[in-house]
Amino acid sequence: MAFQLDPKIPSGPLEEKWTKHRFDMKLVNPANKRKFRIIVIGSGLAGGAAAASLGELGYNVDCFCFQDSSRRAHSIAAQGGINAAKNYPNDGDSIWRLFYDTIKGGDYRAREANVYRLAEVSNNIIDQCVAQGVPFAREYGGLLDNRSFGGAQVSRTFYARGQTGQQLLLGAYQSLQRQVARGSVTMHVRSEMLDVVVVDGHARGIIVRNLITGEITRHAGDAVLICSGGYGNVFYLSTNAMGSNVTAAMRAHKRGAGFANPCFTQIHPTCIPVSSEHQSKLTLMSESLRNDGRVWVPKKAGDNRAPNDIPEDERDYYLERRYPSFGNLVPRDVASRAAKERCDAGFGVGATKLAVYLDFKDAIERLGEDVIRARYGNLFQMYEKITAENPYKVPMRIFPAVHYTMGGLWVDYNLMTTVPGLFALGEANFSDHGANRLGASALMQGLADGYFVAPYTVGDYLARHGSLQAKDKVKTDHPAFDEAEKGVRDRLQKLMSIQGKQSVDSFHKKLGLLLWNHCGMGRTREGLEKALSEIPRLREEFWQDVRIPGEANEFNPELEKAGRVAEFFDFAETMCLDALNREESCGGHFREEHQTEEGEALRHDDEFAYAAVWEYKGEGQKPDLSKEKLEFENVKLTTRSYK
Amino acid sequence: MKITLHVWRQKNATSKGGMETYVVDGVSADMSFLEMLDMLNEQLIAEGKEPIAFDHDCREGICGTCSLMINGVAHGPDSGTTTCQLHMRSFQDGDAIHIEPWRSRAFPVIRDLVVDRSAFDRIIQAGGFISINAGGAQDANNLPIPKPDSDAAMDAAACIGCGACVASCPNGSAMLFVAAKIGHLAHLPQGQPERAMRARNMVAQMDAEGFGACSNHYECEAVCPKEIPVKFIAKMNRDFMKASLCSES
Repeated sequence: MAFQLDPKIPSGPLEEKWTKHRFDMKLVNPANKRKFRIIVIGSGLAGGAAAASLGELGYNVDCFCFQDSSRRAHSIAAQGGINAAKNYPNDGDSIWRLFYDTIKGGDYRAREANVYRLAEVSNNIIDQCVAQGVPFAREYGGLLDNRSFGGAQVSRTFYARGQTGQQLLLGAYQSLQRQVARGSVTMHVRSEMLDVVVVDGHARGIIVRNLITGEITRHAGDAVLICSGGYGNVFYLSTNAMGSNVTAAMRAHKRGAGFANPCFTQIHPTCIPVSSEHQSKLTLMSESLRNDGRVWVPKKAGDNRAPNDIPEDERDYYLERRYPSFGNLVPRDVASRAAKERCDAGFGVGATKLAVYLDFKDAIERLGEDVIRARYGNLFQMYEKITAENPYKVPMRIFPAVHYTMGGLWVDYNLMTTVPGLFALGEANFSDHGANRLGASALMQGLADGYFVAPYTVGDYLARHGSLQAKDKVKTDHPAFDEAEKGVRDRLQKLMSIQGKQSVDSFHKKLGLLLWNHCGMGRTREGLEKALSEIPRLREEFWQDVRIPGEANEFNPELEKAGRVAEFFDFAETMCLDALNREESCGGHFREEHQTEEGEALRHDDEFAYAAVWEYKGEGQKPDLSKEKLEFENVKLTTRSYK
Repeated sequence: MKITLHVWRQKNATSKGGMETYVVDGVSADMSFLEMLDMLNEQLIAEGKEPIAFDHDCREGICGTCSLMINGVAHGPDSGTTTCQLHMRSFQDGDAIHIEPWRSRAFPVIRDLVVDRSAFDRIIQAGGFISINAGGAQDANNLPIPKPDSDAAMDAAACIGCGACVASCPNGSAMLFVAAKIGHLAHLPQGQPERAMRARNMVAQMDAEGFGACSNHYECEAVCPKEIPVKFIAKMNRDFMKASLCSES
């Protein structure tokens, strides 16, 4: 049975929807808020902000993270900034323009109403963060500084040196710790959610493994919020943290939550290239570098000269050549594909030939080394630490890497999944970025969902469906908890009992490489079919031959990783199936069969202007596809052109 | 490169630990230190032994999860660098490297090289925040902040809470960590209403957690991966003294 997908978009003009909806939502009386318990999974910008805000309102909150502190979620690694439609520079920005840019940047595969709300609350986020003490960059007059970022033609990005994500997360973390001290939030660190408990169709709790002791515990709640980030680590090599995983979202999916657009993955154009097979992760170099750096490769394929020995007229500044009006500032998906195209054609540089140059020579000549140092000093230092090359003297070598995932759990306008009482916030949901996310918009969405959307919509759900009386509430001795806990224990037991020969990482690397080759920057029917036939074989081998040392009832990082890789296997199939189904190219999803004569992405709006929502049917079973048709009432669908 | 490692192994918080020796061959200079440990762990798993547990997550020097005393130095020989950003080119073929967990009474060992740093969260809970609820904040530009103040706040706010300051201090003092948070908020106008209370409460919690006091060794500044200067400790002491002298309670 397919899902009945009701996005619950409020009626009325776009700019009045959220205001109207806030009035239409039911409220929970202040004295009743403490009768509800809300479970939040993840403590990054979405989870941390939601847990803190719900605690402030007077709800009881249990927040879970696998890290040793809620301050360490991977939101912390975002470098570049956060967008808002403040229009402080007076350069023509507006809520409408931020909305429009986000819809267009997402290649018309996001829901208008959600995106407009995101743009609308973006300004509140900046106010909130400043009030919390986030030290955004400022002008000498004491006012906030803005920069242009990621292909935007206005300066709407607020930043805190190259550590914007860190500073925003610390703001949310501090608010969260304040609530922990007040007793409204209980923080469970080094705890991994391993299943959702659904009772009478509503999410009513979770099963958790304590990562230090291995103890399995049950937690009941009136609502469950999944704020566990994206699934980029399915590729093994990505800019995500080592622990980032899809387990919480996948468990929710297996309990009935639809998974939308899993094939929409963002490959970030400016990362440090892979150096060897021992590489464990990839490091991003902020997109802001493209404001001053020029991307090029040699005009001659296989040119082995050192970059500084290649004269100006033998260099191909291919982004400036192909996209004269945006040049080096084209959006991420376009820049990544262009780099791949050059490398595939044999023009790549460096030892692996899988890299292009990002050159600051002209900017240093124009502005001086000091200005470049002030702008990008920490990034240049990081690059030098990793590669042992000095980017002030030698052009950086960069290559695209998996960075962000636009797909995620399907949610309605209230951020609720297809399971009532189960919400998804931030990167874990699918709602705002369509097929491609613009730079500095991830932080905006995480905080918008956490501070300004979920506190209202979760309250509305509780007011309508929550039980005020203790006797009506689902308790942890309910049979559904027995069943879920048994499933978790059986799965852990099964993993521990295999005692095969190959390590967890070796499987993760094989899966990652398979997906990178067939479901990465360029996808074909043939490649995806190959991946879909390989994944079950590799999964079978995993379940036969993985070796996990130690015990289940102790601190066991190999067991943690094995559980996550097992979920990645199941997820990978749905991702490839989605990529196969989407017979068009849009944003981060590039099907080589669907391109223009110039090699640009070719959308098929008449057939594919929908969110593809998958329903889990069991391991090895083909998931069911439902479609949420995307209605565009306020923007006209055009071909994105950055020429 | 061929590297000999002497690593602290400890099964859990209650068992007795000890150093064990391992040899890793075929280490490349471009590997990160943690990738070298990954390689050793793969080797141990293949031999049917238990891999070494160590904390790590972002591997780009910002989350503050990774730790390790490397040859007695927190985060190893490169200054201004976390362990995850340290590369093997900082070592030579044939080197012997000693790896230990953070050592402090307030950071009990969980397993091998993994320690419990939850004391830091409890110090923040004692006052490392500005009391403001979500919603209703005034327009961000209604509060101009002189750039030097904002920059100084950012210098302190760059702390990643890794605990290297504690690990390297002969007294196991957390004063650089606490001073960084107090300094971040004290440099901003938003931080003023709670400034005195914050200094008093955070310092009291720091003491209650069993961290030692500062006696000006400055080892913390030397190893801090974010190069947070010790001047923030002096500023914190001033705030704390003032708060104690002017206290109404």
